[in-house]
Parts: sequence; structure tokens; C-alpha cells
Amino acid sequence: MTKEQADNGRDDMVIDGPGQANDVPDEFNANYLRIYYGKLFPHADMFKWMSYGNDGKHPGCDKSYFGRREFSFTLENDIYIRFQSFNSVTELENSIKEKCPFKIDIGPVYSVDPAKRHAYAQSGDNVFTPVERELVFDIDISDYDDVRYCCTGADVCLECWPLMTIAIKVIDTSLRDDFGFNHILWVYSGRRGVHCWVCDGKARRLTNEQRAAIADYFHVYKGNENGHKKISLPGLVLYPFLARSYTEVLKGFFEAKLLPNQNLLASEERYEKILEMIPDASVASELRRRWQENKRASMSKDDINIVRWEQLKSILQSGKQKMQGLRRCVEEIVFSYTYPRLDMEVSKHMNHLLKAPFCVHPKTGRVCVPIDPNNCDEFDPTTVPTLPQLLEELNREGPRQDAENEWDRTSLGESVTFFRTSFLQPLLKSCKEEIENSYNAKLQQSKNALSW
Amino acid sequence: MEVVQSHRKSSSNNVIVSILPLYRSAPPLEVRLEDFEFFAIDRLRVLKGISDGLCRGKKPEEMEKLVLDLWKANMRHPQAVEEVNKDIISHFVLRLVYCRTEELRKWFLSMETTLFRHRFRWESSEAQRALMSEFKLPYKAVSNAEFESLKDKLGQVARSMGQTLAAADAIFYKVPFEEVPDLVAGRRVFIHKGHAYVAINQVVSLVVTQFRSYLSKALILTNRKWTSTIREQEKDRLTPIVEALCTSYLGPDYSQQQEFGEISIKDIDQVAKTSFPLCMRHLLEKVKEDHHLKHGGRMQLGLFLKGVGLKLDDALAFWKAEFAPKVSAERFDKEYAYNIRHNYGREGKRTDYTPYSCQKIISVTPGIGDHHGCPYRHFSEENLRAALVRMGVSSRAVEDVMDKVHNRHYQVIR
Repeated sequence: MTKEQADNGRDDMVIDGPGQANDVPDEFNANYLRIYYGKLFPHADMFKWMSYGNDGKHPGCDKSYFGRREFSFTLENDIYIRFQSFNSVTELENSIKEKCPFKIDIGPVYSVDPAKRHAYAQSGDNVFTPVERELVFDIDISDYDDVRYCCTGADVCLECWPLMTIAIKVIDTSLRDDFGFNHILWVYSGRRGVHCWVCDGKARRLTNEQRAAIADYFHVYKGNENGHKKISLPGLVLYPFLARSYTEVLKGFFEAKLLPNQNLLASEERYEKILEMIPDASVASELRRRWQENKRASMSKDDINIVRWEQLKSILQSGKQKMQGLRRCVEEIVFSYTYPRLDMEVSKHMNHLLKAPFCVHPKTGRVCVPIDPNNCDEFDPTTVPTLPQLLEELNREGPRQDAENEWDRTSLGESVTFFRTSFLQPLLKSCKEEIENSYNAKLQQSKNALSW
Repeated sequence: MEVVQSHRKSSSNNVIVSILPLYRSAPPLEVRLEDFEFFAIDRLRVLKGISDGLCRGKKPEEMEKLVLDLWKANMRHPQAVEEVNKDIISHFVLRLVYCRTEELRKWFLSMETTLFRHRFRWESSEAQRALMSEFKLPYKAVSNAEFESLKDKLGQVARSMGQTLAAADAIFYKVPFEEVPDLVAGRRVFIHKGHAYVAINQVVSLVVTQFRSYLSKALILTNRKWTSTIREQEKDRLTPIVEALCTSYLGPDYSQQQEFGEISIKDIDQVAKTSFPLCMRHLLEKVKEDHHLKHGGRMQLGLFLKGVGLKLDDALAFWKAEFAPKVSAERFDKEYAYNIRHNYGREGKRTDYTPYSCQKIISVTPGIGDHHGCPYRHFSEENLRAALVRMGVSSRAVEDVMDKVHNRHYQVIR
């Protein structure tokens, strides 16, 4: 699309200004999106990311690497096209601008260019199969509907969003400290959740079995309405990762925020859910009795939830409790309300497609911006830039001669800068080192062979 | 064994500390033609026995005993040398038999790995250490200094599993976490910055992973050799034996497509009451109740209905009607119809998918809001009892079922 066409498009549009996060058609439409892809979507940065240093400048580069990556586009009218691949940033950019996809998904890097997959077998030697793929996680707040009373389903507010924040803290810390990963990108999914992209070379080369192992390592919450108690923490003590998550993140959040904000012990309906988790019926009855008696009385100026929680803890953690199952009951309750609930299937398979960062969510018009895990407490999903907002910001500034870096003039600038400095640059530096080292190693190997 | 002569050095020159072979290279032995076949059959009995045991959900201790019994019954020989030869020869013959398709390779790999795991465990610790060094595992023994600094955390991990860190356990190995996926998955090792600290008694896992990885690659190579030279060369001698060995032991294979009967959309409710297994009845109940099913449930029930003979048009009509209160016809066509047609092989790569086996259904992890999986495994005791009673099962039979469930025999419940 030429610049003149873009200008004409803008003149015709009526922009209402920053909208609310509800299903309003003005938030999102193909025209807005076209301009977004024309001026704001960071094509070059996405290309650099997906190339992982294979830009052809070093002899050790793999020139076919970017071209073997699968992208999929969801077009207007829900037309879905898979196995898109591109050989250069220009091809990628032109295709996006031309097709104007409502959603872009990123798939794995395959053994050969996906466009040529039909020439290859499904099994045997010459296969078409994924060879690299980031380790990814998907956390969706609608999976927490049983522990948040402020919203349900697709809605999100500042009361319940912190559940996502603590999920980020728990998982991010573990990925770095336990697994030794460094290049991790957290992204807002545009409506009600977060995605995580682990981009270290070691992560991209993990097999499905290894991915499943990592997912299982994180799997603590086994929620299912037909199933057993949802969290079970046997053993004399907690495993180090769980203990650390509890003391550093979950306990504090539960007691100070979730408990009072969601009134988890204030009414019978809500406290029954917690009492149900206590395996000793006599303890549960004792608490029930106390709370029924004190229904209206407020004994002190403290929040009733906190008072009751203290009572519960003091009974369960008193030295008098001998019963096995009670040992970790308090932790189990806290975990069942706050521990991250991951979508296991997303992480386990290399060929799972995941939405690309910087897409715009069709239902909310919000951009899928990166989240800084070191500052995730500050992240506010209700103030994430929306499509109309960004276009209006562009409008205000007026047309510019230099069409580069238009995002800098808008609220998107902050996100793109963060993406570059905190994620992309360190990642590319590390990739270059990897390419150089492996190239030198190969050279050394062939020298040794020759000298023999 | 002339037929699979490899160019690698035979390992029989080394001092044999343990009799557990690693099957690194085919031994240069001569085999009689009958032994070629009979040794393989004996080993196959062991592998089939293992397969059966796994399907029945036997616990690790039960499997250990089973494997030992199977081995004793089929593979023992009064002379140790003969036993080793039979072990090696039978393995290599079965490699030829089971290298030829992806499915055969998967099965063989799984059974041989299980066999190896149990045999490794009953070796002495010196023998185990010797085997570990043969594998050249990328692990290092943890230095005393490092051990001291990590002692607390290592102890914490042990106690979290209900164990204690005795002085004897102070030998730990440090490996990249990728090498021990099952230990990581179960949170049975301490991991830090990508390294897993594996206790000596967990080393089995390390070794088995290596064994599996090696055998997996070897099978692919064997397949290449088979297809390119051996099959033709041996077409009058060994090839008929190899091909017969495989088919004679596959047994009833319910994954094959067979046109037995059909049901139409009006039959579904009736047939569900009389013949559906509990998992499918449950899914059907839920879809009628909620007018929706999440993806896992749609796949499990949808493929089952296809397997019992529901045609594509009836399937589309069924799901559309059930979802109608929540999903408009238009949205149904957009969001769900494609996947149903895909299951029937009319879209995408056009694979005519077969219904999930019990093994697969038992092994899934139903999440929040899911109703699929195996009720005998995934339901709580109360819910399962209630479901069985609703089905009209007598109270004695219910107890019988619950007994099997407690012993994890999910599949033999009739």
C-alpha cells in the first residue's frame, strides 16, 4: 500500500479515541489494521527475532533458517491459512501488508521450507518435521473462574489480573533459576492472559518429551470438576521450587490481596469451598461453627477474611494436629487459589502454533505487547494501547517525511523499545556467539581430521 | 551373525564385568537357522508379556517381578555364555523384524527399554557403574565442595519425596536436566541453572534414556540396511522368517479400520444405554446437558462415534443439534464443522483418524472444564460410584470395579 492510499484511508475514517475493552466493532476493523501493519507493526524486529542471528553476515549462518519457519494467518471471515513461509523480511512484510491477517500465529522451524512439504514423506528418512521451536506457555485467566468473583470468562479487571502477575513471577523465576534459561519474552495475549516465549537455543531444540517434562514440573494444579482434590502436596516438606514460590510470591499475595479482595471467607458459600479442602472433618466443623456464630459481629476493625484465615491457620498449624493430610493443608489451600494454571498441551508439542507478539486482538482492539517480568506488578491490561488509540496518536502528529519508526510517536513506542533492548538485543548477541562458536568448532574438527 | 555384519569392533574383547549387553554391535557369531527363529520367538514372548503388563497398568514393583519371571521362563540357559549369546542374537533378530515401520519401531523400542530398565536395576552397583561408563554419559560426579553447598536443597528434595539423605547417598551426579526428563517431570531431582543433581539410585533413569536413544537411532539404520540390501539378499532364507515373526505376534489389532456396522443419528441414545463404555456415556451426557464440550471431549467422543459407524453427515447433524442452544448454525459451520470433517479425513492431510485406544484415553490429563479421559482413572471415588450406580450396576459389581480401580487395572473392567 502506498503512502497516498494510506493517507486517503485516514481521511475517511472517524476515530472515536481510546475505547473500552468490550465487544465494540469500532475497536477493530480491517482498515485500521491495514494502517497498523503499514506503519506500526515491527516487521523488521520480528524478522530479526525469528532469524536468531542467521542474517548471512557470518559464514556460519544458516541462510535457510528463516525460510523454514511456519507462520499461519487468520484472515477476515475466519479464513485460516497455514504453512506460510518467507525468505526475507520484505516477503514477510509484504505478505502481512497485503493479506492483512486478523491474527498471525508462529509455528516451528521445520526441516525444510514448509512450502515444499508435500515433496517430503511423513516418516522414514526424508521427513518434513519440526526441528526447532521456542518453549512456550499460555496462561488464561478464564481458567481461574472458580477463584475470582469479580469477573468471569473473557473479562478481566485490576482485582483479578494480579493472578496473572504472580503466575509470571513464579514461572519466570523458575525458568531462570532452575532451568537456566535467559532469553524469555512475556507477552500480553490481548484480552485475558499471557504468553511466554523461551528462546534460548537449548529451549528451541527441546524434544516433545523434554517439553512435557518441563510442563509436568510446573503442573501442580490438577483441576477438574470430576476429579480428586485439586492440589495435593504430599511429603514432609515442599520441593524447593514450590517452597520458594510459596514463601516469595504466593503466600503474600493470597493473604494480603486475594483473600480480602475476593472475600474468600466472608460468606458461607465462599468459605465452604475452603473448608471442603480440609481433610479432617472435625477441624472443618469447628471452624464452621465459629464462623456461623460470628456472622454479623465484627470483633475488630480487621478485615473478616483475614481474621478467619488466622483462625484457620492457627488450628491447622498447631502442634496438636497429628493427622497426615493436615500437614500441608494451609499451603494446599493457598496453592489451589494462586498457583499458575498452565495449558499443558500448548507447551508439550513442537508443532503448536501460538499468536505472534504485536498482533491486535480482534475482540478488544488491544495490541499484544510485551510485559516486563521484573516490573509485572506495574502492568495494567486496561491501559494497553488500542488500535484506534494508536491511529489517533499518529493522526495528531501529522504526516511525516521519514516513514521509519512511526511507532515511536505513539504509545507503542515504549513496548517496541522494551522488546528491542531487554529481549532482542541480548538474544541476538547470544545467538551470534553461538553461531561463531559452533562454526569455529567445526573448523577445528575438520582441521584435526586433515592433520591426521 | 554374518547377515548383519557391522563394521564396528565387537565388544566381546572387553573384560566383561556385567552380563547385561548393550547391543552396541552385532556379534560375529554363527547361528543355526532354527535358533535364529526360536531365540527370537522366546524373546518375543518376554516382550509381549511386558506389553501386556503395561497395558494392564501394573505398578513398578509388579512389573519388576513380571519381567524377572518372563526372563527366567524364556531366556535362561544353564551355561552363562549360551545365555548371553541367546540374549544378543534374539535382540538383533527382532531388530530386523521390528525396524520396518514407525509403529513397529515404537513398540519394540518401548518394550526393549522397559526390559533393559528392569534388568539394569537388578544388577550390582559395580556392574551398574561399569555400564554407566560404557555409555559415556555427560555427567560429572559432584565435588565435595559443591555437595556441601547444596546439601540443604538436596535434603529438601529427598524429604519432599518422603526419603532422607543418608550419608551413603552423598554421591550425586550432575547432568543437564534434558538428560533426565522423567525425574524432572516428577520433581524428583534438584535442578539449578539447568543442571540436575541425580542421586546414585536414580541413575537408572539416566542410563535408560541413553539406551533408548541409542536403540532408536540403531533401528532407523537397521531399517535402511534392511530395505536396501538385506531383504533382497536373504529372500530365500531369512526374509520369510523375519516377515512371519512379526505378523504372527501382533494379535488382534483394534486400531485397524473394519467396516462392521453402522449407526445413524437416531440410534445414538439407545446404543449409548446398552453398549457405550462409561467414558463415552459420560461425554454424551455432558454434551446433552451443557450443549457444549471442550476440544478433548469432542475428539474423544467424536472419533468414537465415527468408529462405531456414525457417518459424516449424521455426525455433523448430531453435533450441530446438540450445540444449537449455545452455538448458531452459522458459527457452528465456521468453528466446528471443519474439525469434524478433518476427523473423517475430508480435510487437511486427509488422514482417516481412528478412535483413541484405552491406553491413550487413560494417559491424558483432563484440565479444567474437561470431561474426557478415563472415568476409572480420572473420577474421584464418589463420582465414579455414582456414575456406575446410575448405569445400573449392582452394588457387588461396583465394589469389584472399585477394587480394580484401586489397583489401577483401568482396562480390564467389563
